[in-house]
Parts: sequence; structure tokens; C-alpha cells
Amino acid sequence: MPPVDTSDVQGLIRYGYGKLTEACFFLLRIDSPAAARQWLKTAPVTTAVEMKPPPKVALQVAFTCEGLQALQVPDEVIQGFSPEFISGMSGEESRSRRLGDLGANAPSQWRWGGWDKIPHALVMLYAEPGLLETWKQTVKGDSWDEAFSILDYLETEPLLDTEPFGFKDGISQPKIDWEGAQKSAGGAKVDYSNLVAVGEFLLGYSNEYGKYSTRPLVTRGDDRTAGLLPAEEDPDKRDLGRNGSYLVFRQLAQDVSGFWRFMDQQTKGDPAARTKLAEAMVGRRMNGEPLVPASVLPIEGIEQDADSVKLNQFTYASDTEGTGCPFGAHIRRANPRNGDLPYGTDGLLSRLIRTLGFGRKGIRDDLVSSTRFHRLLRRGRPYGPGPSSAGLRSVENQERGIHFICLNASIGRQFEFVQNAWIMGTKFDGLSEESDPLLGNRTPVPGCSFTNAFTLPQENGFRQRINGLPQFVTVRGGGYFFLPSIRVLWYLATIGD
Amino acid sequence: MVVASLAANREGELRSLLASMNVRPGVVDPHNSVVPFAQFERLHFARLLVLADSTLDDIREHGVPPPAVVTSLTFLGDCDGAADDFLADLVQRAGNGLRRIFSHCEGFAPNGDLLRWMKDHSQPPAAMYVNWIGRTVEQIREENFLRNALAEYLDKHWAALAVQSPRQIWEELIAFVRDEVEARRLDLTPPQPTPLGWWLRNLIHFVGVPVILLLLTPALILYLPVFLYQLRVREKNDPEILPRPDLNHVKHLADLEDHDVANQFSALGGVKPGLFRRWTVTFLVWLLDYGARHIFNRGYLTRVNTIHFARWVFLDNKQRLFFASNYDGSLESYMDDFINKVAWGLNLVFSNGVGYPRTNWLILDGAKDEQKFKRYIRRHELPTEVWYNAHPGITAFDMERNSRIREGVEKSFMRDEEIREWLKLI
Repeated sequence: MPPVDTSDVQGLIRYGYGKLTEACFFLLRIDSPAAARQWLKTAPVTTAVEMKPPPKVALQVAFTCEGLQALQVPDEVIQGFSPEFISGMSGEESRSRRLGDLGANAPSQWRWGGWDKIPHALVMLYAEPGLLETWKQTVKGDSWDEAFSILDYLETEPLLDTEPFGFKDGISQPKIDWEGAQKSAGGAKVDYSNLVAVGEFLLGYSNEYGKYSTRPLVTRGDDRTAGLLPAEEDPDKRDLGRNGSYLVFRQLAQDVSGFWRFMDQQTKGDPAARTKLAEAMVGRRMNGEPLVPASVLPIEGIEQDADSVKLNQFTYASDTEGTGCPFGAHIRRANPRNGDLPYGTDGLLSRLIRTLGFGRKGIRDDLVSSTRFHRLLRRGRPYGPGPSSAGLRSVENQERGIHFICLNASIGRQFEFVQNAWIMGTKFDGLSEESDPLLGNRTPVPGCSFTNAFTLPQENGFRQRINGLPQFVTVRGGGYFFLPSIRVLWYLATIGD
Repeated sequence: MVVASLAANREGELRSLLASMNVRPGVVDPHNSVVPFAQFERLHFARLLVLADSTLDDIREHGVPPPAVVTSLTFLGDCDGAADDFLADLVQRAGNGLRRIFSHCEGFAPNGDLLRWMKDHSQPPAAMYVNWIGRTVEQIREENFLRNALAEYLDKHWAALAVQSPRQIWEELIAFVRDEVEARRLDLTPPQPTPLGWWLRNLIHFVGVPVILLLLTPALILYLPVFLYQLRVREKNDPEILPRPDLNHVKHLADLEDHDVANQFSALGGVKPGLFRRWTVTFLVWLLDYGARHIFNRGYLTRVNTIHFARWVFLDNKQRLFFASNYDGSLESYMDDFINKVAWGLNLVFSNGVGYPRTNWLILDGAKDEQKFKRYIRRHELPTEVWYNAHPGITAFDMERNSRIREGVEKSFMRDEEIREWLKLI
């Protein structure tokens, strides 16, 4: 695999900009395509090139399908994007059903992103403390006001390592295999690996199947696309996706006081028990440590420093009964840490037997998919009054939460699968009557009048079940964006010339 | 499965009639006046759809004209017991509605013998998969009710039970169930004995197929090198036909999905021309049927445990193959299972279909090409206009779990370890 040209990649794919603790996001409608293109030509978009010293500010730009249309990208190019991107997050009722965007989560209730409030562009600004305001003015430049109207403006809270409920966050990320070091692209990986093919996050590169995810390939001969790179699998075509990615954005409001109030009610205010219950729902301690012991053997793609080993070197192979970390805990749902044949095999014969469907150890064996096809690169930011002000009454009514942002090369197979089958799924891993304890919408499903339980398996086999979980997280907005490469940004900027 | 050609210009009318059976697209009214499915206590799943094949012309890529087929209607259901008895019952209780439906078909005489007509238009499956052979609708309902009652009891009495030993809990639960059964709030109907005739036929099939295979072995071994040569030539040259499915078609399919924890899937495609593919697919589907009947009949089709019922039906003198299944989860997760768990199995059968992603040695690659395979699936999928599921909210996993829960209630003795395992199920 050719090495990635980082100067063509927007930096967000490689960096979370952790040092740039201030950020804000503009959701824009394009009023004047010509002015928008003019703005794009001079926009100082940050690339993934490693800089020393690191940048003090950063700018990233992404577009929805409507946004590309507004920029007058030809329809035959747009049709090359994946169906989910074209349809958009709120574009079809069936999608809303799968994503759990029902009831209070329904797009009709959203601040932005519902059918009549779809942004064209997402402009993301990051800065070191104190620099954001000036950076905003710099980025806007001369043509901004003519080019865009602001559909919504999302502020963020200075990035700490905890999310609004008070848990350490952003601990586990897939490690991108930039060098293409994996031997078995496309082959089976029996054990869980955290090293994931570039093509799972960056379009135009080989993914975990050894194939290429859907993005527009255009035929040569069109001068406007002359600056684009050839497609790896079809060099006669130009790859409009290469070095870009799909960006999923969801504004998630968190009912922080409701969350802790519920823990208090369940534990009659016992401070230790209250924390323990919340930790069981998350699947980690508040300080980030997992609820299951570290695995003895290293895991591919997880560093060997003490912190990484403590926080991330684990799978659930040691906890097949869910007594350490409940099956339904948030992090176990979001990343079940499965290999292709959970939990491993002892050689060729056993692999063959398992492949044919024999050798099951129990009823719960092999219920959850292999994880490597369903990984997300998370780039979220908290918003609203931060944890430092958690106790103040005056902020209780102010909305807070997370701007959940993730990058993936296949919205359907990665984000939507995780959200549907694992997070919202009321039948995940053999469970019933419960969805994600944090994110679940608690909407009844046919044949089951409630989905608001949370099961805590116990050592003696007798489970404890918490019933009546209220909705803790509400979707306030969302959209599917395309985060183009630098070359494609230029293509978009010059498309009308 | 009944398949009948539509009369000229009646498709639109028929689709409206079918739509009238739904509350909204994808959600049937189980008590609808045309076929009130819920009245039929032996019926697990049923569907009605129009077999309109937009991929017929694909076969031209092989230099062969498409078969002359008329758009047809199909009606299929999965029931307990003998299919003939069920059909008779259906005609008895929903005859008028069925007549209304079939009156859109060619040569249907409204005053004729409906049962005879349906039997005459039946297409037997070439292979049939049942998640758990012998598990009845009644059993599934009763066992799910039992599990829910136990779960509720545990929730309600949790504090008192938590201090007891697993054995004491088990004993208390058994006593609870006994009381509930006596009070007629719970039913646990004993299973019906397997009909002797069925059992005998099954036994003969179980032994007969391997005997035939054994007899054929010398010939098969001799033929193998030739077979491999013929296969490889075709695998290298057969065209892949994998355009992106029409977005409106995909949207229409998606509209019908994910209203329940289970979903339906119906698909139709042409078999590649020539005797080689025809015989290969016939032989493999025959083996598949054997496997489903005698090996994979306890909750799993190889590694996949989310399929309730599936069937493979040849149409039009084996020029086309129809596939229908009822599965748990979304189509995306169903395809995920196909690709990551059982691609080899799909390749065996469907690589004989026109346009399928290129395979190697019959089992390799093919469905492993994720995006091509997904395009193939969606393009060949047909909207299932009417779909009935007698078990909303209950997955195949739930059914197996519930049966195990019942076993534990009916046992007179369990070791401590067994009790612990049993308690974990509730």
C-alpha cells in the first residue's frame, strides 16, 4: 500500500487536537455558491502533516450531500457517494427507526439536521485557550458573510478528559494501520486486534476486507477533476473520495442530574453503591479503568506503556458471564472486542469445526459480530456547563452533552451498524428488554412493552435487574458529512470556474 | 408456497389489495379481513409478494435470451404439522380473501375448487431450513409467557430472593410456576408426539441420502478433475453484474424493514445458463436441504443463529431461484453474518446465479467482497408486500433460551452447577 500523503488529508483524521482545547462548529447554509467557493479557495484548512511545534489553531471543513449539490457538484459525481450519505441522517423513516431516532430523539424535534434544517457545510474551528475568537475572524475572511448564513452555531466546553456524566472519556480508539503493516488484509483475524486498516477510516484505501469503500470515482477527461488522484483499484478513474472520510455528527444532550438522581434512587443514596452502579452501566470506573482484568497477552494495536495496558489491554474473553462487566454496559456494546471467531480457536481443526457451526460451548456462544468491521474513530467534544460546575443549581437547566463526532469509511457498516445492532439493539448479546443504559431511547418495540431495563449478572447465576431507566441522552441534531481531502476541497472551490 | 402468474394488467389492483392488509407499509394487520393470519394458531410466518424480476435481462451477458416468464404472485407460509392440512384449514377459514387475491391470477376460476387450485400451483422448496424442527407456535408462545412471568417474579421478589441459595430460588420458582399453572394463568402444554409417518420418512431420508452419496462416490471422484476444470473456466469468465441498485428500490425495501426485531427477506435471480451450473446448484441445494434437515436443525445454520425459516425454491424449470427467509436484526447485520460467518456457504449456492460476485474454487471470495455482495443482495431483493410474524419481539435466541428455561422448570432434579446455569437464562 502506498503511504498516505498526509498533506492531502484533513488533520482530524490523524489528530484529535487534544491540545487545542477550545472549539466551535458552524453549521452553514450556502447562500452564494460563488462566494462559498471563493471562501474555500483561501480557507486555511489544517492538514494531517506532523508539525513542530504543533499548530495553535486548526480548521476543518465538511459538506452534506445537500451542500455538495449547493456547490453545484454534478449529479453523476454525487451519485457515487454511499446511499447513506446521499439520503442523510434524517432522510428516511427507516433510518430513524434503525438509529433509534424515535420519540424524543425524532428528527422533527431536533435543533438542526431535521428535514427542513439540513446544513450544507460544517466548519470546525479548534484553538489553544484564548485564541478561538481571533481564529474565528481569520477563518471568516472577506467572503464569509456573503457566502453563508448560519443555521446553527455550536459552542463547546474546554476539552477535559471527562464527559459530562463525570467519566473519563475518549480512552479507546482504533489504531490506524498507516503503514499497511497487517499481513492478512482481507484474511481472517481470529483474535481481537485494535490495529485497523486505513481504508476503514480513509476513503480510497484498502479496508478490512481488502476492498474499497463506496465513494465517487470519475472518468478521466473532465478537466475539473484533473487535479484528483487516480483510484487505487481502478487507475483509469479519478478518486474523489481518496484521502477523505465520512463524518458523522450527533448532538447528544445528557441529563446529568437525572442520571445521578436515578443512581441515588436505586442505591438509596449510598455514595459507593451509586458510583458502582453508574460504573456498571458505563463499563469503566470513573477514572477510566475497565471492569475486567487486563489480558495477559498483548493485543495488536494497543501500546505497551503502563497506561495503555491498564486502560485498554483487555477483551471480554475472561468475562463470558458478564459478572465483571455487564453484557449491556455501554463500552461493551460500543466495542465488544471480538475477533472473527470469538473467543479464539486452538488450531486449524478447531477452526474448521467452528466455521461449520459446531463446537458451541453454550447458548451464549458466538452471538456478537467480529468487531474489526465496525470501528469508529471518535472526535467528539463536550458542550454546556462543564463538570466543574456540576453541583451548581443555576446550571441545572442549561443543556449539556457531547457533540459526538466520528469518522468512518462506510456509514452503513460502521456507524449505523454500531448504533443499530449494538447500542439501540434490544437483543444485543442475548439480552432482552434493554438497550444501551446511557444512550437508549427506552421506546417499546413490538411484542415487548418496555426496553428500559439493565441487567447485572451475578456470580451465583441470579441476575439483578434495574428497571425503569429513564432516557438519559437525547439527540438534538445530527447529520452525515463528507470530509474531503485537500485536493477535493480545491476541486470544490474551483468547480464553477 | 403457491406461485401463480398474474393476469394481464391486474398488478396494480393486486398491489392495492395487498397494501390494504397492512396497517402501514411493512406492518401487517394480523386480523385483516383478507387473510386474518392471527387466527391460524399453527402459523409462524407468512408472506405475499409479487415476483417482478427486474434482473431478467442480466442473462443476456451470457449470450442467452431471458426466459419468457410472466410476473407472478407468491404466497408462502411456515406452519406446524402437515402443509396440506394447513392449506385446507386456510381455505376453510380465509377462502373468500384468498379468492379475492388469486382472482388477479391467470386462469383462476372464482367458483372453482380453491384448495385444488392452490395445490396445483404449489412449488415445493428445493431446500428448507427450520431453526428448530418441531418447535410449535403454541410452544413458543407458552414458553415466552413463562419466561416473562419468571422474569417479572424475580424482579418483584429480588430482595427476598437475593439472600437465598440458587437451589432455594429454583425451588421457589418451580412452586410459583406450579401455582400459576394450577390457576390457569400459565399453560405448559406437553409436546405432541412426532407422527410416526414423519419420523419414518425422516429416518429414510437421513440414511438414504448418504447411501446414495456413497454409491455415487466413485463416479464423483472420477468426475472431480473435470468438474474442477469446468468450474475454474467458468469462474474466470462468468460476468459479474453488480450495478448499484436503484436508490428508490432500496428506499422502498427499507420502508418495509425494521418494524420488529425480526425481518423478512425475499430475493429472486436467474441461474446461470448451461447444464453445468444447473446440475451443480441442484446437487448443492440437495445437500443443503439434507444439512438443514438432519444437522442444522437445532438453532444454528452453520454459525448463524438468527434465521427462523429459510427456503430455496426453483422456478421456471430451474431457470430461476427464489430465496425467502425470516431473520433477526437489521439487513445490515444479516449481511454482516453472511459475509463474515458463512460466505463460503452462500457462495456454494448463489455463485451459480447470474451476476454473482466472482468466486474461487466455489467457496472462496464471492460474498467476501462486501460491497459487491451487498449490491447483489439489494438488487435481487423483492419488496415483501405483506409479512406476518406470529412472534413479534421474540428472536430465535430468545426461543431457545425460553425452551431451556422451561426444561429447568420441568426437571425434578438439577445439580447445583446446572441450577446456576439455568438461573442465568432468566
